[in-house]
Amino acid sequence: MSGQRVLEARDLTRHYLVGGGLFARSATVKALDGISFTLTAGKTLAVVGESGCGKSTLARLVTLIEQPTSGQLSLGTADVTAAKGETLRKLRQSVQIVFQDPYGSLNPRQKVGTILEEPLLINRKMSAEQRRQTAESMMARVGLRPEHYERYPHMFSGGQRQRIAIARALMLNPDVVVLDEPVSALDVSIQAQVLNLLADLQQEFNLAYLFISHDLSVVRHIADDVIVMYLGHPVEQGPRDAVFANPQHPYTQALLSATPKADPTQKRQRIKLTGELPSPLDPPSGCTFHPRCPFANERCRSEAPSMLASQGSTVSCHAVEEGRLPRSSAA
Amino acid sequence: MSLLEIRNLSVDFQTAHGLFRAVDSVDLDVSEGDLVAIVGESGSGKSVSMLALMGLLPWTAKVTADRLVFDGRDLLTLSAKERRQIIGKDMAMIFQEPMTSLNPCFTVGFQITESLNTHLGGSRAEHRRRAVELLDLVGIPAPDTRLSAFPHQMSGGMNQRVMIAIAIACNPRLLIADEPTTALDVTIQAQILELLIELQQERGMALVLITHDMGVVAETAQRVVVQYAGQQVEKQTVEGLFSDPRHPYTAALLSALPERATSKRLPSIPGVVPGQFDRPDGCLFHPRCRFSTELCRTEAPPSGEGVLCHYPLNKGVPQGHPEAAGEKV
Repeated sequence: MSGQRVLEARDLTRHYLVGGGLFARSATVKALDGISFTLTAGKTLAVVGESGCGKSTLARLVTLIEQPTSGQLSLGTADVTAAKGETLRKLRQSVQIVFQDPYGSLNPRQKVGTILEEPLLINRKMSAEQRRQTAESMMARVGLRPEHYERYPHMFSGGQRQRIAIARALMLNPDVVVLDEPVSALDVSIQAQVLNLLADLQQEFNLAYLFISHDLSVVRHIADDVIVMYLGHPVEQGPRDAVFANPQHPYTQALLSATPKADPTQKRQRIKLTGELPSPLDPPSGCTFHPRCPFANERCRSEAPSMLASQGSTVSCHAVEEGRLPRSSAA
Repeated sequence: MSLLEIRNLSVDFQTAHGLFRAVDSVDLDVSEGDLVAIVGESGSGKSVSMLALMGLLPWTAKVTADRLVFDGRDLLTLSAKERRQIIGKDMAMIFQEPMTSLNPCFTVGFQITESLNTHLGGSRAEHRRRAVELLDLVGIPAPDTRLSAFPHQMSGGMNQRVMIAIAIACNPRLLIADEPTTALDVTIQAQILELLIELQQERGMALVLITHDMGVVAETAQRVVVQYAGQQVEKQTVEGLFSDPRHPYTAALLSALPERATSKRLPSIPGVVPGQFDRPDGCLFHPRCRFSTELCRTEAPPSGEGVLCHYPLNKGVPQGHPEAAGEKV
């Protein structure tokens, strides 16, 4: 069933040029700097990190909304970075996205039926009757009732809108679905419903998920593999259990210990991170995490670390490489 | 005597389709140095009840209460002018969105000194000194230069710190924090929560924390109030709430948390929070409750022992329930 490699990214980089007014000098923002991963059918890869770490840029690259500055992205056997025109258009059909805000991502002037049929209208040669049938069967699949076909998005609650957005993403039978914070705008009880739906659909259609989130408890529940990002760089990457049970990078440890746990009996030693995320316009030299890292030394300040295999994961940290990090207790 | 005493507070909104009850007979007692969390999903009336207390609701809202007393003064009979002297001074509030609740047209320094000027008097130099002190207290580096910064020049976490600085400027005795960390990243959230708790403990300030995040509740609060559709369904200590929830809603909410999940499928609560037009009879939770009976469908549950339910749970077993003896949540 699963195991088939559907998407591969190697050293993906995306830089943006900003500024460059009359007097201002233009600058480059390295929104995403060197990330590699593979997506497997039926599996979920989660990307976690705080705002500004390049999660959404990654989503835009994977969904082929933007071209990477450098690096390689291949879908199945096709190289996306070289694709143009008609080929690119075809490739786009196999990657779909569900956005964070179900209130903003659905056209308020379209009925649910129109929203769901639009991808078919553009990409498939189908009769109106066929389109309607496909849409209705997909609606049933995501837990919407047939009478919802004629309704407008404003008549639905947040959870149901997210179901519509999920149905829309699945209309063209994609291989890869990018989920950009799909449940963070929802209440806990609704969040559980949507997460269950996503798990069911993944099993049924053998989908590969790229799950972007900042909520570690959700990631821990749904992911098979995890990438932790900081300021455009991957800092730790590995199977879920390895990352959560044995976080190695100081940032991963801090992130895990900062996440509140719904258990008042468990009072933990919190790893305090001081300061804020630095501006991506002016990233720190060497390791981008060094100004907030309690273990930073001279090497961290001058030399950028690279991703190295360590205890089942890959970690980008000098301190881990040199073994001068105390064992974590954050898990 | 408690600092804040609320008895039977209700808020009705005038809408095009008649009155909508957003808050339904809410009681709350807060003493000095207390840390109470109000938790609930969106639409549970947790913000509205506190906005009613602050007198910040629009004219379409009708606020009724048996008692609404802060520090021995009845807020229901207070004139607008008298109320303004309390709000921002003895009773302050932090709002959810730091980026939108600060005025973009004025500097941070102006917005902090504004409340000092209104409530405490004194000279400009004194205000400035105090503002620097406050920014330093909430952990903003280089507070001197930050006074002349505008909100857009700072990050969300920094702006939230400024909001806290404004709120605590006049040493309030009660601070209401309405989802103070929802818009922030987890590492910043941890910093802000720590700051709030530090202030509460050092100054003996009472803190009411409104949140939807069970994790935040577990890590910070002493007492918890769970709200559902405008009603308080459960009042408990933190330890009690997480180890032995009494209301089926609380129990279901806790087991729907991904971190408490035991299998790939999460035990979810079917349906949605009732709105204006689908408000059920009897217990408001009965359409989504797995223990509901005919009694729940017809009769509103009694509020006793801090739980609003016909069959309150004890170790996951509904008490007095006709069928489900021994069944667990």
